[in-house]
Amino acid sequence: MRKSIATKSTLMAAAAFSMAGLVASSSAFAAEVNIYSYRQADLIAPLLDAFTKETGITTNVLFLNKGLVDRVKAEGENSPVDVIFTVDIGRLSGAKANGITQPVKSETIDANIPTEYRDPEGHWFGLTTRGRVVYASVDRVAQDTITYEELADPKWKGKICTRSGQHQYNIALFASMIAHHGEAEAEKWLTGLKNNLARKPDGNDRAQAKGIFSGECDLGLGNTYYVGLMQTNEKKPEQKEWAKSMKILFPNNEGRGTHVNISGMALAKNAPHKTEALKLMEFLSSGAAQKIYGEQVFEYPIKPGVEPSDIVKGFGKIKPDTLSLNEIAKFRKKASELVDKVGYNNGPSS
Amino acid sequence: MQQRTSEPNTKFVRGGSNRSSPSSMLGRPLNIIALIIALLVTLPLFALVAIAASGTTDSLSKLVHTVLPTATQTTLLLLLGVGVLTAVIGTMCAWLVSFFDFPGRKVFSWALMLPLAVPTYIAAYSFVEYFSFTGPLQEVIRAVGGYKSIKEYWFPEIRSLPGTIFTLSMVLYPYVYISVRALFHFQSARLIESARVLGMRQFPIFLRVLLPLARPAIVLGVTLAMMETINDIGAIEYLGIQTLTFSIFSVWLNQNDIAGAAQLALILLLIVFLLVSLERWARRGRSFVEHRMASSKTSYKKMELKGQSGWVAAFACVLPITIGFGIPMTVLGDYTIAYYPYGFDDNLLEALITSLALASAAAIITVFLALLLTYAVRESKSGLIAVIVRIASVGYAVPGTIIALGIFLPIAMFDNFVDGIFRQAFGISTGLLITGSGATIIYAYTVRFMAMAEGSLDGGFKKIPQQLDSAARSLGRTTTGTLFEVLLPLLRPAVATAALLVFVDSIKELSATIMLRPFGINTLATYVYEYASRARIEEAGFASLIIVATGVIPVILITKTALDGD
Repeated sequence: MRKSIATKSTLMAAAAFSMAGLVASSSAFAAEVNIYSYRQADLIAPLLDAFTKETGITTNVLFLNKGLVDRVKAEGENSPVDVIFTVDIGRLSGAKANGITQPVKSETIDANIPTEYRDPEGHWFGLTTRGRVVYASVDRVAQDTITYEELADPKWKGKICTRSGQHQYNIALFASMIAHHGEAEAEKWLTGLKNNLARKPDGNDRAQAKGIFSGECDLGLGNTYYVGLMQTNEKKPEQKEWAKSMKILFPNNEGRGTHVNISGMALAKNAPHKTEALKLMEFLSSGAAQKIYGEQVFEYPIKPGVEPSDIVKGFGKIKPDTLSLNEIAKFRKKASELVDKVGYNNGPSS
Repeated sequence: MQQRTSEPNTKFVRGGSNRSSPSSMLGRPLNIIALIIALLVTLPLFALVAIAASGTTDSLSKLVHTVLPTATQTTLLLLLGVGVLTAVIGTMCAWLVSFFDFPGRKVFSWALMLPLAVPTYIAAYSFVEYFSFTGPLQEVIRAVGGYKSIKEYWFPEIRSLPGTIFTLSMVLYPYVYISVRALFHFQSARLIESARVLGMRQFPIFLRVLLPLARPAIVLGVTLAMMETINDIGAIEYLGIQTLTFSIFSVWLNQNDIAGAAQLALILLLIVFLLVSLERWARRGRSFVEHRMASSKTSYKKMELKGQSGWVAAFACVLPITIGFGIPMTVLGDYTIAYYPYGFDDNLLEALITSLALASAAAIITVFLALLLTYAVRESKSGLIAVIVRIASVGYAVPGTIIALGIFLPIAMFDNFVDGIFRQAFGISTGLLITGSGATIIYAYTVRFMAMAEGSLDGGFKKIPQQLDSAARSLGRTTTGTLFEVLLPLLRPAVATAALLVFVDSIKELSATIMLRPFGINTLATYVYEYASRARIEEAGFASLIIVATGVIPVILITKTALDGD
């Protein structure tokens, strides 16, 4: 009995280790790129498949949504990662600030990606943009334009739904408010928005659309691509109903423009496959890849001239806020503290 | 371990001699071994302290004026709620099943454990699906009442503090159930007979005899449930509850302040340490009872509940099983069918094999180490060893991601150090020896689930009179000989329970695994999470079902072992 447990344990452990060992050792030979990604592996799979087909370089993806930066930092010069994939400017600038990226100088990439969507020193590059827009009830909201500022107007009391104030999408939006209006004004605004909430912030952006569908809220904050995901959700058709119950309002479209965020990429500081990694990054900035990526995730391609998918075009015309993403990154910490300060996540004070 | 199997051959030689130097020598190495194990298990916590000390207290002082008071309050209320609810459900069901006979009792006896196989994040997801506006329950209400908007009728919100208490309790009450059930099963036959002979009625017996007797078992179960509540991030994030754990993550990830996050985590650990101490304190009184009762394992005739009261008892048992296990299974089963054949692929099979291998390795290693630790405490009677071992079990309450961080930083440092030496001396690179291999995942499981193994083994040890050790020793057994040849066979049920608990929890473990796994390693939990994090868990319905199913078998086994075939 004892022996069998001992034998079993040894075998099991050996199996686990050798499996891991195989994976680790195989990475040393073939032409390949290792990717740490905040985006789920299957989401970027079509893109990477196209890359492998074109170049013969294989890709390994590891989905890591918390602690990516600290892990790469700790791995130091032995880190296996070549390219970091992420969403949200905060994470990209955070990667740079933590010293886990290296500058890339590539004429191809620089020609493809407009300067406002990349780091001046080449530490990170945007790949797609997404707008943070207002979802509005088709039945209960008459107006077709709106501003972010207006969301603090008491006329919306008990009518607005959002996800957690600490979520990076909201943090980035709040940071842009700080950048535009200053901290004191932004605090007033955030308090106003908090007092207009219909319920305690929760769920994801889709849950806000669901709230509009269920009659709990009239307005919701959400990213553009979720609408596309809901509209095309064949597997969960009730989400199509949620999408039908709402319309997209692009805030400040007549003024400074709608707050946009990016998904992007960065070259890891100690990338062991630098040449292949550069090839991948150049490929991702190309028109063909931008088209695939945009269609896959319902986001706006970043390369000028590449058309978004028909569904995204159906959302309406977006005028992006030209505020520098670096400004937004700068105020992120402040924004996160502000959320705590006004007690945003406690919901409306009744 | 294999070496020790050869010991039976030599024991006759040793048998004749007096307790000579080898045995007394082995006493001290055991302490040293225990110390090393405890250090390894607490290493991530020390790393956490180091991280906390590396930064300023800016974030913390800001938090004190903002979210910290409410977050602390929410955390404590959540703990209290989960504690009370799990205690009530677990104890009541254990009482019914142990002392009465009613329709379905034999099935309930093990089925009441099933919710334990449902990870909290899956419970949260399926409860929201089931109880929310678009869920089947409210759909029926709307159809019956002719409502359209949610503002026209009242329905409790699952995404709330009470909703979270409900959700977590429905899958965590088995911890209380099983420990109370085991205690009732083994120890109270004679007591209850006496009480009956003295003319007490059932409920007074429960209140005045059984409840005080069960107190340590209730506290053990409740502590485990509370620790699981504290470390949870998946469910509370989904349910929108702002606990201290949530604040740790917002400080770390949004304010980019890893030191502040670590400081917050340490505060959390303080609460946990108090919990653990409370649990030990409550269990201290038990040894007396148990020694007296150890010999009284007479079979006790269960009272038959007839007619209505029988059905009431059955209903009381069906309810938690239906909610804690039935609802998640319905939701997941629904997805699996709707999405078939999506999700039935090689990746899933690979994830299953990885999960099984990692969880088995973790279970065996953890139980082996816990066995040495608990035995060292029993042997040495030194207060210091006891305290160290207690600290070693705090890992259970630490959120997986935080443990992972505490593991990753020092080990990667070690990896890079070794690599540096090899590069200098031999010009070759060893790369990331340990962190690159996935061994850190098993390490993390060991750190996190040591408390489970220790709890069961400690309980097991307490049932064995200390005189047995002395007898074995005086007959010439060494310290290790006593442990493996004399005590281990008696400990088998406890060892099995410990191993299975660690196994089930390892299968469910998510956040540490995500952070620590190298390329190409996917477990069932990470597989599910990749979908869940995109609000598309429905596509991983089948994988979630497998997680639950993988947990169900051990859960049934645990119950059978713990209850010795009842």
